[in-house]
Formats: sequence, C-alpha cells, structure tokens
Amino acid sequence: MIHGPIDVMEEIPLGSTGERRAAVTTAGAAPGKDWVIVTRQLKREYDMGGEIVRALRGVDLAILRNEYVAIMGPSGSGKSTLMNLIGCLDTPNAGEYWLNGLQVSTMSEDELARVRNQEIGFVFQTFNLLPRASALQNVELPLVYAGIPADERKRRAAEALDRVQLGQRMHHRPNELSGGQRQRVAIARALVNRPSILLADEPTGNLDSQTSEEIMRVFEELSQQGQTVVMVTHEPDIAAHARRVVVLRDGVIASDERREQFMQRVGLAYA
Amino acid sequence: MKARDAVLLALAQLRVQKLKSAFTLLGVMIGVMFLIAVVSIVEGMGKYVEEDFAGRLIGTNTFTLRRFDNVGPGGQRGSSAREARRRPLLRMTDVQAVRASLPASMPSTIASETFKYASAPGARPRQVQAVATDANYFVIKKFAITQGRAFTDQEVRAGTPVLVIGVEVAEHFFPGLNPEGRQLRIAGVPFTVIGVVEKQGTVFGFSLDRLAIAPHTSPMGRIIRPMRDVGSLIVQGADRASLTDGMELTRSTLRAVRGIRAGEPDNFGLVTQDAAFGFINQLKGRLVLFGTALPAISLVVGAMVIMNIMLVAVAERTREIGVRKALGAKRSDIMAQFLVEAATLSTIGAMIGIACGIALAALIAAVTPLPAAVAPWSIAAAIVTGAGVGIVAGIYPASRASKLDPIAALRSE
Repeated sequence: MIHGPIDVMEEIPLGSTGERRAAVTTAGAAPGKDWVIVTRQLKREYDMGGEIVRALRGVDLAILRNEYVAIMGPSGSGKSTLMNLIGCLDTPNAGEYWLNGLQVSTMSEDELARVRNQEIGFVFQTFNLLPRASALQNVELPLVYAGIPADERKRRAAEALDRVQLGQRMHHRPNELSGGQRQRVAIARALVNRPSILLADEPTGNLDSQTSEEIMRVFEELSQQGQTVVMVTHEPDIAAHARRVVVLRDGVIASDERREQFMQRVGLAYA
Repeated sequence: MKARDAVLLALAQLRVQKLKSAFTLLGVMIGVMFLIAVVSIVEGMGKYVEEDFAGRLIGTNTFTLRRFDNVGPGGQRGSSAREARRRPLLRMTDVQAVRASLPASMPSTIASETFKYASAPGARPRQVQAVATDANYFVIKKFAITQGRAFTDQEVRAGTPVLVIGVEVAEHFFPGLNPEGRQLRIAGVPFTVIGVVEKQGTVFGFSLDRLAIAPHTSPMGRIIRPMRDVGSLIVQGADRASLTDGMELTRSTLRAVRGIRAGEPDNFGLVTQDAAFGFINQLKGRLVLFGTALPAISLVVGAMVIMNIMLVAVAERTREIGVRKALGAKRSDIMAQFLVEAATLSTIGAMIGIACGIALAALIAAVTPLPAAVAPWSIAAAIVTGAGVGIVAGIYPASRASKLDPIAALRSE
C-alpha cells in the first residue's frame, strides 16, 4: 500500500481497496515533480552476528513537496532505520527510494554524500554542532562541502542564521548558546543549502517543553514558507505539530493519518 | 572541499590542541633539526676544505713525493698493502736526483714531520709538530715569520740546530717572553729558537701552531727520521699544467734512478691536492651517511607518533566525522582533512626543526672547531621531508576516518 499525501488521500479513505488506490499508485510513482519522497517496498535487514534483524519489511511512503510529516513509532519499530534511509545515510537491501526525482537506492557512497549535501538538511536530537567552531562556521559547513567560495559561504550562512533569529549570535560558540539556540543553529545549518527536505531526528529530545515549543514554531514557520519537513519523534504531542503523522510498527507502516485524525485517536486536545 | 579550507581547518585544529600538537611534532622536529645541523656541518667542512685546507695544510699547486700514495687513514688493502711494505724508503739520493731534474721554476722542499716532545725549563713538556726541512719550506708553505727570522740556506748546509716555532709553542714554553735566542729541547736535543711563525689557526680542531721547524741536516733530521730517509719532497709549480709536467719528470727520473723496468709499477707515491680532496670527499660522504641515518630514525619515530596521534584524533572525533559526512563530506574530503592535518603538523615540526637546526649548527660552529654552513637545499629538503613524513603517517588514520560509517559515527559518544 502506497501512503500518499493527505490532500490526495482525502478522496481515498484509509484502508480502502480497489482501482482508485492503483490510480494513486501510478500518480505517486512519478517521482520528482511534486513528489519529494517516494519509496517502494523499502527493506532493510541487519546481520547482528548471524541473526538477521529485519528492521524494515517493505515500506511504501510518498511525501509531497511542502508536506510536514511526523514519523512515529516505538523503539524497534524501524523509524530510525527509515530515517537513515530517507536521509541517504544508509542504503536499502531491497526496494526503491526516489528523492526529488533521483533514484538514490542504487547510488554510490560519494553520490550519496552529494545528495546529503544538496537535498537533505539534518537536524539531530543532540544538535551535533562542532564545539570549537562558531555558529557561523557551523552553518557554513555544508557550503564548504558544496565547494562554495568563502565570501558567498559567509553571506549565505549569515542569512540562514537570520532566518532563525540568531543573526546577533553568529560568532558565538555552541557552548555559549542555550539549547534552543543551539538547535536553531542546527536548523540554520540544515537549511543553508536549500535542501529538498528538512529531516529532523527527535529535534526536541534534548530540550525542555518551553524550548520545544519554540523549535516547533520555527518548524511551523518553515513549513509555511514552503519547506518540506520530515520529523522523527516518539512524542505524540510533538508529532501533533505535523500535518500528517505516519506510525511505524515492526518495520511496516501501521497508520498514516492527518493530524486531526491522529490527535483524535491518541486523545490529544488541540493546543 | 578546497585545499585552502583544508589547511585552515587543520591549523584551527592544531590551535585548539596546542600541547598535544607540540608533542606530536617533537619527533619530526628533532629529526629535521639534526638533519639540518649535520648537513650544515658537512657542508661547512666542504667549504672549509676548499677554501682553507688546501692552502694551509697542503699548499696550493704542489705535489708531494712520498713513499706511499695515500693521505689519511685506511691506506692500502690486501695485496697492495704487502706491495707497499716492500717499497724502498725515500732516500736523500732519490730526492737529490729528482731535484736536479726539475726546472728552476719548480721550487721544492724536503719535509719530514712527526710529533715529538719538546721541553724547556719552567714548563711542562709538550708534544709539538716537529718538522725537518730546508729554507724553501717557508716559501712553499707561505709561512710568514712574525718574530725573529727563518733559517737560511747556509744554516741548512751547516746543519745548525736552529728552530722556528709556532705561536702556541712560543706561548707554552716562553709565556710573555721573547723566545728568540732561547733554548728548546726536542726529544732531549737542544735547539736555539730563532723565529716564530705567524698564527695559522686550526683545521678541524687541530692546531697548526704547534710547529717546531729545524734544518733537516741538523739533529732534527735524525730525531724525525732515525733511518736517515726523507718523509716527503714537496714540489711547487706555477700552475696545474706545469705541475703535471713536473710529476712526469719526477716519475721518470725516480724510475730511472731506481732501475724500475717498463711495465712495473712505481714503488713510490706522488700525491696531489686532488688526492687529498678525494679523501675529504670520501670522509664527507661517510659523514653524510651516518649523519643522516640518525635523523632518519628520528623521523621514522616521528612518523609513528604522528600516526598514533592521528588515530587517536580519528577515534576522538568520530562523531565530528559522522556530522561532516551527514552534511555532505565525501570520503575524499575526510581523507584530505586528516592528511592535511598530519602534513601541516609535521611541516610545522619541520620548520621549527629547521630553526633549531640552524641554531644548533651555529652553536656547534661557535663552541667546537667544526665549521658550519647552512645549505639552502637542506632547508627545502627538510620541508619536503616534513610534509612527506606527515602524509605517509597520515594515510592510514585518514583512510580509517574516511571509511567510517556515518550512522555509527553519529551514534558514537
């Protein structure tokens, strides 16, 4: 089953069968254009000392440009594996993955590095800023690997920091910044190469609830500006900030709902 | 990633880990330092030999007739050694025949030398360089007399026991006194000092001012050459061409006098400055070999230290590598980063080593009699060596870093 975007799926009730889904499948199978992410029967197995762990057992997922998707699931559900695959840090054992019209499932390591650089902006739970580099230098990093000259790098990095309201603190080091500020530097770094998707892994996991809300507001703004956001989280109230929630269980998609449906199902009140 | 970015990154990394970096580059630094110092000393020696040694120790445009061919240690080996022992002594009759055959434009001097104890009342006996010669010796050796006079042909003919001494001998036996007319015993035989030779300085730390020169006809001849033979005949020519002619003349004369048949080898030695240079060059070659072997070991150790430190750095910065990879660093970018870091580290070590090496060479030149001249090529070689050591030492750690799995690297603490 291909899980299409909510806008399309509105005409296709979840769990329905028949030709209409097949039509969506064909529509969704046109990777590129409006479809930023299309996966088909994505499988990933790990060999843990002779024992085969099937982390992903065939995931079909399609994400439209400008969607804001949360991927949820308990630990061991395969959500980290899916995120690594989406983030081009890992390659599947079987299945296809199209990112922004590029079939990345068969790419070499260096091609993947280029795709990570150009198409994906990572935001990590632990921020992963280089401790000895200033905020500006951290944001410059993806541009360094893109081969952008120093002057333009500085200008674009400063712009990205302005976008997350950290223009005043660009020469501070991570240890001189609060947790929320650090995560905003990380977001600026993720955005600086104008990626197809912003891929956030538990972006609020190391933040208090107030700061979490602040970061969620940044995500919301970016989404409204047209940025595609994919966020992996295990917290339902964080997932509820996204407009679409995909839940993984045992390496397959267990549910794929609009925010409203999800909130209703898990009993969350509207904020 | 551009090269400039890689170097700037490496420098930034070295700045944040000053102490570790300092220890890391110590090995390369010491290696390069000794390399520079040794090469400087060897170079300096070469220069010294070319500029000073020839004129002062051998004399310019001269050749020497001796019993044996070689200057310096080593001597003949094997069958030629046995042959050399059978050689006849250089007799006064040989020398006189040769002198008679040489044209007037080629002055010559009989010179026999050895170290003998000298003594005078009121001073400890001391070894001096005793020379038995004739009046030409001062001319050919360009020995100027600063006090008193040299001996004359008449004194040589008469065998008068007169003595011309070096500055050091004068200062040792007659401190603060005018040595002229005073008595100095050589090997117990009394001589009268008539002059002092101008200060000659040192060659490789050997003083040239411990001279005691007397006519070869005086008791000095017997003291130095109890067999009554001649140590050497030094012949001077106007230029190289006349020197070659003179040597041929000497050879044919002596072969005739000694009745050597055609085809038989000479049983005497004719030595030129070139032979002496040859010996010095041989010595230089050995010095360079041994002198660079030691720093080379130090460089190998330095490379191992750098490799270790870089491996530690890769382990410590695993997460950073993961982050860089996630942000789009290719294998080659990570490889370049660590290679450049290792190369920068060791090049800085090499540059400090060069500075220390120059200082060490200067210190050695100042404290010891060994001369030192820093060769520009050795500085270039040291920098290239430094960078090379870093790159070689960095390959393995850099390759390890570049092959890290980004997911595992991101998860590491």
